[in-house]
Amino acid sequence: MPLDDQDIAVRVEEILATHDGVEGPLLPILHAIQEAFGYVPRAALPQIAEGLNLSRAEVHGVMTFYHDFREDPAGRHVLKLCRAEACKSMGADRVAAHARGKLGIDWHETTRDGTVTLEPVFCLGLCACAPAAMIDGKVVGRIDEARVDALLTEVGK
Amino acid sequence: MLSDQDRIFTNLYGMNDRSLAGAMRRGHWDNTKAILEKGRDKIVEEMKASGLRGRGGAGFPTGLKWSFMPKETDGRPAYLVINADESEPGTCKDREIMRHDPHALVEGALVASFAMGAHKAFIYIRGEYIREREALQAAIDEAYDAGLIGVNACNSGWDFDITLHHGAGAYICGEETALLESLEGKKGMPRMKPPFPAGAGVYGCPTTVNNVESISVAPTILRRGPEWFASFGRPNNSGTKLFALTGHVNTPCVFEESMGLPVRELIERHGGGIRGGWDNLKAIIPGGASCPVLRKDQIEDGIMDFDWMREARSSFGTGCMIIMDQSTDVLKAVWRLSAFFKHESCGQCTPCREGTGWMMRVMDRLVKGEADLEEIDMLFDVTKQVEGHTICALGDAAAWPIQGLIRNFREEIEDRIKAKRTGRMGAMAAE
Repeated sequence: MPLDDQDIAVRVEEILATHDGVEGPLLPILHAIQEAFGYVPRAALPQIAEGLNLSRAEVHGVMTFYHDFREDPAGRHVLKLCRAEACKSMGADRVAAHARGKLGIDWHETTRDGTVTLEPVFCLGLCACAPAAMIDGKVVGRIDEARVDALLTEVGK
Repeated sequence: MLSDQDRIFTNLYGMNDRSLAGAMRRGHWDNTKAILEKGRDKIVEEMKASGLRGRGGAGFPTGLKWSFMPKETDGRPAYLVINADESEPGTCKDREIMRHDPHALVEGALVASFAMGAHKAFIYIRGEYIREREALQAAIDEAYDAGLIGVNACNSGWDFDITLHHGAGAYICGEETALLESLEGKKGMPRMKPPFPAGAGVYGCPTTVNNVESISVAPTILRRGPEWFASFGRPNNSGTKLFALTGHVNTPCVFEESMGLPVRELIERHGGGIRGGWDNLKAIIPGGASCPVLRKDQIEDGIMDFDWMREARSSFGTGCMIIMDQSTDVLKAVWRLSAFFKHESCGQCTPCREGTGWMMRVMDRLVKGEADLEEIDMLFDVTKQVEGHTICALGDAAAWPIQGLIRNFREEIEDRIKAKRTGRMGAMAAE
């Protein structure tokens, strides 16, 4: 269920409070907000700007500079597939094509029912067990078509 | 070959215990207090004498870098920042340290910070490194619990804190000033130098930015003496180093070895040789994506260290070689790197923001052979316009692989264009 702005404001206020006095707090705050909501709500940006005494443009600039932060809610589960060299040489393209076909979505998209979002990622540091993937923050190595199917079944897709 | 007792990283492959107890058994944290008791000047002097050059790619002498930090504080605190934003395609050495030998880094951070008068170190780790972050955070927590860092670290009277800072998916944040910006919570856009970080770095305070490996080797150097470290390799290129072999070798790996060994020996001894034999080698990229590509005949008796690689008009970089056999389309490989740099350009300087795109689009056509012969020189000219005209080295990094390609594989590019135009295969393309 989407949160209304009031809920967001309350939660963001809490997060801002826990980071009070931290040096260079913007990235940790954005990480915390992304963790709390699964994305960084637009409504939160002015509030962060106010709290840190920055302009809204600065906060917006930082948020959009880093690939990890998302503006819109993701699906209930996020599947990230590694697209870097080592994984590609071990068949990441094939696996990715399979995943996209099976889910019927392209990169950065979410399935119609909101179950899975598919994201590319560049090197999870698991080149020795390529191709690698990450589902909801959990890393998985040596994936193939069957493994992707199993992961998707696990999350109810 | 490096003997086992001369290895600094004794748990590179994660076969042993990486916890504090395991690290201590392997010799880390062994009387760190005695190292600190040598005093600041002595530590910096020994680091200089060891000849350690920065392991992050530029090869700047580490001891000299430490000595730039102000001796007397003017009221501003000093900081050590450790660059663990290892994002360059092909480079995969620091993660082995953080994952399997994190205490080497934590101890190194203490020693290095002490030597530069810093009570605080930041480790900036890239956001995609999940396992490394867990291992490193666990090591930091253990060290705090054991009193090795924190207030009165190792009973030396020196207070020292470490903060592990997570990146958020931007390659440019591996550039030292961009990293400082990112650490302050801004966009990762590099700063103009000067002022250099040693004068005004993070939050405008004196800061030194070092690579993970440079920091991790410091305690062992200080324990065993600079002469020991300097005894490996050629003068000015001394020490042991983590190397990595990726691509078309039989056993890709990360390993610690003495500097200054022949490239061929490294590949054959540690990489199990080239897939299909030495003669099947086509080209190598010596030190990560930004280094110019070299042909087989150029590295036939090449030596893997900073100076030799510079003489060969390439770069030692991080010592992580990408090896390509005859089946590789070297143009396509370099195109892939161009696409990477285009994607990762931060957009601050026009030559890089626009130039990386231009270069990629011309490369695009070269790969397909759909260009004119004059465009090869034009592309070279564009790379020269980008190189040296940007705030940070990303512009250079994007230009160098293409310059290397044009210098060393011009024939292959021309053949492809001619083949496309005449419909006949050239001598090279027919192979």
